[in-house]
Amino acid sequence: MDMEFSPEDLAFQKEVRDFIAENYPPELRDKQDEGEEMSKEDFLAWHKVLYKKGWVAPAWPVEYGGTGWTPTQRFIFSEETARADCVRLMPFGLAMVGPVIYTFGTPEQKAYFLPRILSGEDWWCQGYSEPGSGSDLASLRTTAVPDGDDYIVNGQKTWTTMAQHADWGFFLVRTDKDAKQQEGISFLLIDMKSPGITVRPIITLGGEHEVNEVWLEDVRVPQSQRVYEENKGWTCAKFLLAHERTGIAGVAASKRGVERVKQIARTEVDGDTPLLANPFFKRKIAELEIDLTALEFTELRSLAGPNAGKGPGPESSLLKIKGSEIQQRLTELTLEAVGHYGAPYFRGFGEGDNEHPIGPDYAHRAAPTYFNMRKTTIYGGSNEIQRNIIAKMVLGL
Amino acid sequence: MDFTYTETQDMIRDTLSRFLADTYDFETRQKFINSDSGRDPAIWTALAQELGMLGAAFAEEHGGLGGGALENAIVMEELGKVIGIEPYLPTIVIAGGALKAVGGAQADAFIPEIISGNVIVAFAYAEPQGRYDLANLRTTAKKDGAGYVLNGHKGVVYAAPWATHLLVTARTGGGQRDKDGVSLFLIDANLPGIVRRDYPTVDGSRASEIYFENVAIPADALLGGEGAGLPLVEQIVDEAIVATCAEATGVMQKLHEGTLEYTQQRKQFGVPIAKFQVLQHRMVDMFMEVEQARSMTIMGTLKLGLPANERMAAVSAAKNKVARGANFVGQNAIQTHGGIGITQELAIGHYFKRATMIEGQFGSADYHLDRYERITLAD
Repeated sequence: MDMEFSPEDLAFQKEVRDFIAENYPPELRDKQDEGEEMSKEDFLAWHKVLYKKGWVAPAWPVEYGGTGWTPTQRFIFSEETARADCVRLMPFGLAMVGPVIYTFGTPEQKAYFLPRILSGEDWWCQGYSEPGSGSDLASLRTTAVPDGDDYIVNGQKTWTTMAQHADWGFFLVRTDKDAKQQEGISFLLIDMKSPGITVRPIITLGGEHEVNEVWLEDVRVPQSQRVYEENKGWTCAKFLLAHERTGIAGVAASKRGVERVKQIARTEVDGDTPLLANPFFKRKIAELEIDLTALEFTELRSLAGPNAGKGPGPESSLLKIKGSEIQQRLTELTLEAVGHYGAPYFRGFGEGDNEHPIGPDYAHRAAPTYFNMRKTTIYGGSNEIQRNIIAKMVLGL
Repeated sequence: MDFTYTETQDMIRDTLSRFLADTYDFETRQKFINSDSGRDPAIWTALAQELGMLGAAFAEEHGGLGGGALENAIVMEELGKVIGIEPYLPTIVIAGGALKAVGGAQADAFIPEIISGNVIVAFAYAEPQGRYDLANLRTTAKKDGAGYVLNGHKGVVYAAPWATHLLVTARTGGGQRDKDGVSLFLIDANLPGIVRRDYPTVDGSRASEIYFENVAIPADALLGGEGAGLPLVEQIVDEAIVATCAEATGVMQKLHEGTLEYTQQRKQFGVPIAKFQVLQHRMVDMFMEVEQARSMTIMGTLKLGLPANERMAAVSAAKNKVARGANFVGQNAIQTHGGIGITQELAIGHYFKRATMIEGQFGSADYHLDRYERITLAD
């Protein structure tokens, strides 16, 4: 056992670092520095750079467009992109439906959808939660009734992230009302431009439009867009939930977040010294760093330990719980660091509006981000559900 | 020893609570906080003229009901329950508190104006470099003939866009962080040379950056002694802190009640989620925080009259405990609601936002822990 990078790893690290330095879109950097919200085109700009390089889906098998990297190389890659503060890639295609399609899909589905996910041609969203089915996802009531070669889909989904931009959505629907809850569910790929689909915005506490309600009214979906067997969609759902949980640890991004908070605390004055010299504040940063190190090494053990390569198991629930708590603490520390200037509400740059936000640049998103990031312990299976999973699957209770 | 309220205090609470139930439901509040002015001025007028509520904490000789800090706490808790944005804190608690402390002709002239609802005062004390240190001031008031000339920048002045008057801390002497040389002025908000940049705040109120550019102010704007204002500022801020703790108690109570109600309606796995023990224990913990916030608010309020060091220790203890409680109750109210708690649609998220801003108002939990330690654990 050792934790040193080999000479090959170090060379790879340099290759990644140089590539980012030379190819990261400068206009994105400017927007990030200004604290502006990212548009669909912004996310795609970086996606397309990585696609051209062949690095957009490191976790995928090589035959479908993956990189063939070792777990260590994948770790280095995510470290380096976070260190350089690259925008995150949207997970719905690359990290979620992509793996479901290459694992469970038909050859036709793989041939059509996977290249479009890699190139960024299709933007995906996730139709899972319903107003009455959150933690109890298997109680979902959206129905798909066979009609010739198609299904007719009716129901309502909610918390559908970025559905306003989506070309395609992957949906859990009920195809057998009489079966036991989890056994009557199917996994459908639905063209978001299909007649009968209505997307309505939900505005969250920080004023953002990230999530939506999606209404499906007599939406016609070819049965060829069902992934895996009819009524076996829960298998895909469970597989995907485990995948969603791994990424959610967010170690590299949180490391970057710690550096950002430290930078703010070096800039903010507290009496005659920087806030970072305040023993109370310093201690909180130190505790957070230690907890992040514990998370990092827990994740590394799962990446490069005896179970490496067997796919995410129930230990990914641990990564989700601790990772989300750390993300929230970071936003809490940022809000604390900016003091009075957490209060002004900046509505964003409107068309032709050059008015500068109130207070320091790093302050005006502090409160909205803190409010918004309360979602991390709720989405992707709430932390209460994750604890249930650990209790049942790991502790055998 | 008696921890019961008087009949008059009960009456104040009941009257105000009924009035707010009629005028301040969540939808109505959302309508006026999103309007151009961000408020409904008729509510302030009604509080003054129909309910006599703005006089609850003032002496009868000024036209008040003869109350004090306890009455302020009652009003602030009720406002907390509706996440009210009425400028009661800066106008009555802070400016009223300062005038009561200095007394004399200034109090005689201005307190009746406050009680009648004719004036709104914003408290311009914070500066961009100062964090929570009340003496860390770059704003200066230089003697000029009979009066003073004011220069400087005050940050995040809540209620300033609505204010007829400003209560301003400024240096008449000393260095940026000296205890001596601080003075307090009550001035007209529309004097020449006062420049405001107004904005909404994340918790539904309005505030301003205020720039004083050679603002000429009269000598009688000075409250208390020139250069000796810090003890007075500390006293009125302590009064404001316990009043804010009272508001927090109201906010936290509603966060807790809203969570209890929601978990009994929301069904998952075939049962109301309130049946899950893990959520029951969490709601018990929230309940205990609400009760302790109420206890610390009363403790702090009753100790406002003690000598400065004892008062400051008590107030810091109250603010530290309430800030931690507000954090816990707010975060867990949202977590227990799940996704719906993060939307703008439900009131719960708006209570959470106010609870969050109260945490840092007049000093974070750590700031007050530090002040408490420095007073009580000094060797």
